[in-house]
Order: sequence, then structure tokens, then C-alpha cells
Amino acid sequence: MRASRLPALLCLLVGSPLAMAQHATGSDVFSGEQAFQSYCANCHGKAGNQIANVDLGHGVFRKPYSDDELANIVVKGIPGTPMPATPNMSAAQAAQIVAYLRSRALLKDMSAGGDAARGKALFAGKGQCGSCHRVDGEGSRRGPDLSRIGLLRTSDQLATSLLDPNSEVQPNNRSYAVTTKDGARISGRLLNHDAYSVQLLDSSEQLRSFQRAELRSEGFIPSPMPAVRGSLTDQEVADLVRYLASLRGPEKK
Amino acid sequence: MNLRLVLCCVLALASVSAHAQVTARQLLEPDPQPANWLSYSRDYNNQRHSPLTQINARNVARLRLQWVWQARSLEKFEATPLVVNGVLYTVQAPNDVVALDAATGRIFWTYSHQPSPARTCCGRVNRGLAILGDTLFMGTVDAHLLAIDAKSGQLLWDAPVADAAAQYSITMPPLVVNDKVYIGTAGGDMGIRGFIAAYDAKTGKQLWKFYTIPVAGEPGNDTWSGESWKKGGAGIWNHGAYDPDANLVYFGTGNPAPDWDGRTRLGDNLYSDSVVALDADSGKLRWHYQFTPHDELDYDSTQVPVLADISWHGKPRKVMLWANRNGLMYVLDRITGEFLLGKPYVEVNWMDGFDAQGHPHRVPGMVPTPQGTLVRPHVHGAINWAPPAYNPRTGLFYVAHWEHSGIVAIEGQFPQSVGINARQTTMGDVTLEPFLNNDDEARGVIRAYDPATLKPRWEYSLGNITWGGMLSTAGDVVFGGGKDGYFVALDAKTGKLLWKAALGGQVNAGAMSYAVNGKQYVAIAAGTALFVFSL
Repeated sequence: MRASRLPALLCLLVGSPLAMAQHATGSDVFSGEQAFQSYCANCHGKAGNQIANVDLGHGVFRKPYSDDELANIVVKGIPGTPMPATPNMSAAQAAQIVAYLRSRALLKDMSAGGDAARGKALFAGKGQCGSCHRVDGEGSRRGPDLSRIGLLRTSDQLATSLLDPNSEVQPNNRSYAVTTKDGARISGRLLNHDAYSVQLLDSSEQLRSFQRAELRSEGFIPSPMPAVRGSLTDQEVADLVRYLASLRGPEKK
Repeated sequence: MNLRLVLCCVLALASVSAHAQVTARQLLEPDPQPANWLSYSRDYNNQRHSPLTQINARNVARLRLQWVWQARSLEKFEATPLVVNGVLYTVQAPNDVVALDAATGRIFWTYSHQPSPARTCCGRVNRGLAILGDTLFMGTVDAHLLAIDAKSGQLLWDAPVADAAAQYSITMPPLVVNDKVYIGTAGGDMGIRGFIAAYDAKTGKQLWKFYTIPVAGEPGNDTWSGESWKKGGAGIWNHGAYDPDANLVYFGTGNPAPDWDGRTRLGDNLYSDSVVALDADSGKLRWHYQFTPHDELDYDSTQVPVLADISWHGKPRKVMLWANRNGLMYVLDRITGEFLLGKPYVEVNWMDGFDAQGHPHRVPGMVPTPQGTLVRPHVHGAINWAPPAYNPRTGLFYVAHWEHSGIVAIEGQFPQSVGINARQTTMGDVTLEPFLNNDDEARGVIRAYDPATLKPRWEYSLGNITWGGMLSTAGDVVFGGGKDGYFVALDAKTGKLLWKAALGGQVNAGAMSYAVNGKQYVAIAAGTALFVFSL
């Protein structure tokens, strides 16, 4: 859905100083995202917010830059800072990265105004997230472990997962159900499968392996993750997203 | 409230009954769950003896391969797997943990640890995991202790144990007792100062640390000349043991550094090449016994301590059995540390007897010389780190070791093959050259010893030398293997060969046994793969 909306959003930029972005196509934005994840995300993070005072995913730079200036920084770096030059990058590719960053800034920041502490309380309380998810060894393993989710998913992706859980499910988080020949139905997260067997982490948190020859039926099922729309306010979603985005895994002792 | 949220809530309440998999009590008393293999040696005695009997001396000839798991690693595969309720956990060297279906070998999950650059003496290897509750524990070659969720493979905590840049590393399986995880550090060949530390299993907080070399002012520090104690080695390479009645944990310690040159570290060099008995709660030293005082041949005492309750001169006695790298086999009282018996079990020429307290009497001249001295056994020892087994049914102690091995120690030459810079090597100003003699070639053997006399009851020749450990089962079968890549099953009472399989890769680990849905399996690592057999 987002991909089809982006060219339209970019059209709104006419009249802005974003000369290059005016001509950016959806394809440019898509290529820019790929280039960003390859060249930039290692330091800036997938969401572009891992460097202090810089949130590339939401148009927050240390000072206002024109597109040309940004593209120049992408290629030449900022001397005297850890921002390196990328001399083998073409001007066109740098422009695509800039187009991607400008497009990101136009999206609504679902975590804007969110408060991580309130989000943590929601996670454990009203949101009941811990009944399926686990953070730092606490909670259930039924759903994906979220201890490092802030490193793995952007705030927008997290918001989408809350509001529309089935819109995008990571391959290692897909739900699967099997029915054995004696009628037992077991569901859980699909961990592995091959021509003869299926491996799940079942809904009672047991690692289970089944021989396909012993199953009556099997298949993917919708994510049991409930959409929070209607049960949480926009502010609560923002709080929850801000909390999830803060989860970076266990610290070293 | 959304109906699906309510449903989630109900499911959450149901999940409260999802109990922890492995309790401290089960680690202490594993026999009621013979299908599982919950620690490196299955029990705190390190007997590596499975109570399972489905595979036995009468039918073991019918063993067949069930599955193979290929590690994506070219490092030596030295880990002994754990099996918990049908899930097999092992380590893909250096430090990837895998959870496999123990009946089929299919992967549930993999946890990958990318170690920082670490310098290990003898390969980026790992000897196995420990488990408590739903948490696996692993030491890493860059000297961290990790806690990993056994169901999901998620990292729970990461405790840096020592500085890898200072040549510390970890290759041993952690020991878990009650709520503590015990870990030691390798690196004794690199001039570390070894230690054993205890961590809170829940939080990863370090509780205490016992240095294997006493600091200045402590008893034993005067067994090191000058400042040599600061980088004196004495690393920990392998699993410890635990006696619940005495509340003691036991660990073997490695060589003093420099390995082959004792001139800069005059004295006995405590507690290198020793067994140390520590209070499990406080880490205080209760007793020690030094197998090789002032070692110059790298005779690490990194073998696992094997605890057994035997009849000693007609009375029950709690002993510790030890087949040492220095060519001597020992019986110690594990409560007091008293030396009860010591004997060469291979050709030994560096000592010729013990005093009443068990101090070895050195043979004069058996040190590195400018002309070279032939010393037996070999620098790799009569046995290295590979674990032996003990069968309480037969009362025999099973050891795989090397025969007819020796080394020529030459003073004043630097080993060229070790160390970043030959002049800086911590091995010392000595070269060790293999002693080759076609009429008297070293070979590997599996022998069964009577622990009351340390006399062999039977011997099985492996042909080539061995780095493989032993497994004993209540089916009165012992399993072992060697460098030739054969995995063999022997009659525990007679040593007769009952079955063998050519695995096409060196056996560098000890076998283990488990059961799933009533079917017994035997697992052994060879080459870079894990092979699993059953009837």
C-alpha cells in the first residue's frame, strides 16, 4: 500500500526546494531504500535514528540541507566526523537515497509524542502484549521475542504490525497448524520444514517436530496477533511504538 | 476489551503451567529421567554413564545410522550435546548454538555468536553447553558467558568473563549447580592468570572469582619466583564436578606458563596442573592436589574429575579418579583431598615414585637439555582433555589414551610453530620435537581399569592415537573412537569389539546417549558432523 502511495506523496513536493525529489519516481524511492539499507543503515540504523540528534527516517538532520547538499554528503562524507565518504557511489544513486529520505519524512510518525515509559506500562498492562510476546526473558514465547525489535524494525513497521498485524509477517514468525491422524490440532510458529517433517514452537511453548506422513492436514493460519485499533488510542499506539523502538537487546554485564 | 485480546489473556493463563524444563534437582539426580542428558557428562560425577539399556551388549551389533547433522564449520567438533525432552542442543564451533529434533536431526533454531578476534592455543572449539530451567549457558572463545533461551534461541544475557585481547578464551562447558553457573578460562599457553568464576544463573552477575594462581601474600604465591605468577597460566579447559554432600566443586587446572621452560618460574607453581576443590557457595579453596609440580612438559590437568563411590580396603569411600596427561593415574579422597594411590598407566620416565603425601619423585635430568632429552609421555600426554567414563555396574573406569608416546625436549631453541613472534612465545626457550620410531609407534588404546588397584582389566587397541572420549551404558557397552574415524562399541566387561562404524572424520568428542519416545539413541561427533545411531 505504501509503495503505491509514495509517488502521489512525492507529487505534493512541487514548489518545494527539493528539486531532485520533484522528479523522483516510486522506483527511485524503492532503489533509494535498498541503497540506504546497504550503505547507511550499518551506522544510522534501519530506521535512520541511531545517531544522536539525527533521525533520517523523519527528516531530522543536524541542520537543514538541500537535496544537493545531502547527496553531496552521501558521496563525500563529512570530513572530521565519523560520516565516511562513499566514493564509488554514483550521483544518481545518491539522489535516490535522498529521494527515499525525503519520502520517509512525509510519512506520519506513529511514534510522535509517544512516551517509552508509558508504552512499557501498556505492554505489561492494558495491551497484554506479554501474554504472547517476550522481552528480556519475561513474557510468553508464543509470539516473536521482542527484546531486540527496535534494532530489527522501524517505528513505522512496528506501528503497522500493531494496527494491521497480518499485513506483513516475517517468514520466521508465520503461524502454522497441523492436525495429526488421531485428531490432535497443534498450532504455533513455523520454525522449519522439509519434504518429510515440520518443526514448530507450539502454543504451549514446546519445540515440536512432526512427520508429515503422520498428519491429516497442515497449513498456514492467520497471525493470532490482535489488531489494537479500537482497543488502544492513537496516543497509546505512539507510546507502545516508542517503547518497542527502544528495545535493543540485553546489555552486556 | 477486544475478544482476541481476551483470548490471548486466557492463553497466557494457560501458559503459566509451561514449567521450566530442567530443575536444579534434576541436574543433581538425573537418573529418574534416563531419556535426557542434561549436562556435559550427564551427572555431576562425570561418569558419562547412561542408565538406558535398550541398546546392550547382545544387540549393539544391529546399530544403524538414523541421521547426520553437518556443522557449517571446519573447526574441530568437540562438543557433547545435551538432550532435553526430545530436543538436542549442541554447538557448531566456535560458538553457534543449535536446537535439533533429537529423533530426526531437523533444526528448530540456531543462535549465532560472532566472537571478537580471539587467540586460542588449539583451535576455536567448544566442548558443550549447560542448562538450567529454560536457559542454556555457553562460554565463548572471546571469553564471554552467554545465557540463551532454550525454546527460542534468544540471547538473555551476555557477561564478559575476561578480556579476549589479553589472550583469555573459553572452550569448556559451564557447570551449573543450584542457581550458579561456574566457568573458567583457557589461555594458559598464552600467559594468562587463570581463574574460575561463579555467576548468578538468572542475572549473569558475577558472584565470586577464584584465581588458580595465588596473589602475592596468599599461601602458595611463594611457589612462583619473582613476578612469574602474574602471567603463570593455569587455565581451565574442561568441565568440573560437584559433590553435594561436601558442597564442593572440583576443577582441573592447566599448565604453568611459559609451558616448556621453567627457568623463569622456579618453584612448584601452585595451583597449576592441579585439582582444586572449592566451596560451591563461596569459592574458597578447601583443598588441592598438584599432579605435576613445576611442569615443563605441558602436562595440563584439564581432564574432567571422575567421582565414584567405591570399596577401598573393604570400606566405602568417596573417591576421585583421574587419568592424567602426565601418564599417571590417581585415586584421591574427594572429601579431604588425601592421596590414596597413584600409578603410571603408560610409559613414564619423568618420575619414579611418590612420597607418602603423593608428591612425585622427579627423575634427575628429565628436563629440556641442549642435546635434547626424550621424555615420556608425549607433550600431548597419555590423555588430553577427552573425558573418560565409569560404569557403576562393572565398577570399571574406562579411559581412551595414548601408548608409546614421547617427546624430545631441546633447550635453547625457540619453537617456530607457535606464538605470534617466536621470540615472544609463551611456550618458552625450548623446542619439543616428536619422537618418531617406526618400531615403537604411538597408538591409541581403550582400557578398563579397576579403580581399587588401577590395574587394567582389558585393553582394546584403536590403532591410531585418539582425542575421543568415552561413553558407558547400563547395557554394559562402552563406546569410543579415535583419529582414524572409527566409532566402536565394546563389551564393558571384556573389551570385545561388538560393533564399529567408519565415520570418515576424526572423533574429537565423547559420545552420549538419550531416548525419544522410548527409542534409545547414541550420538557422536566426528569430523565436522554429528552422527546418531539407534537399533
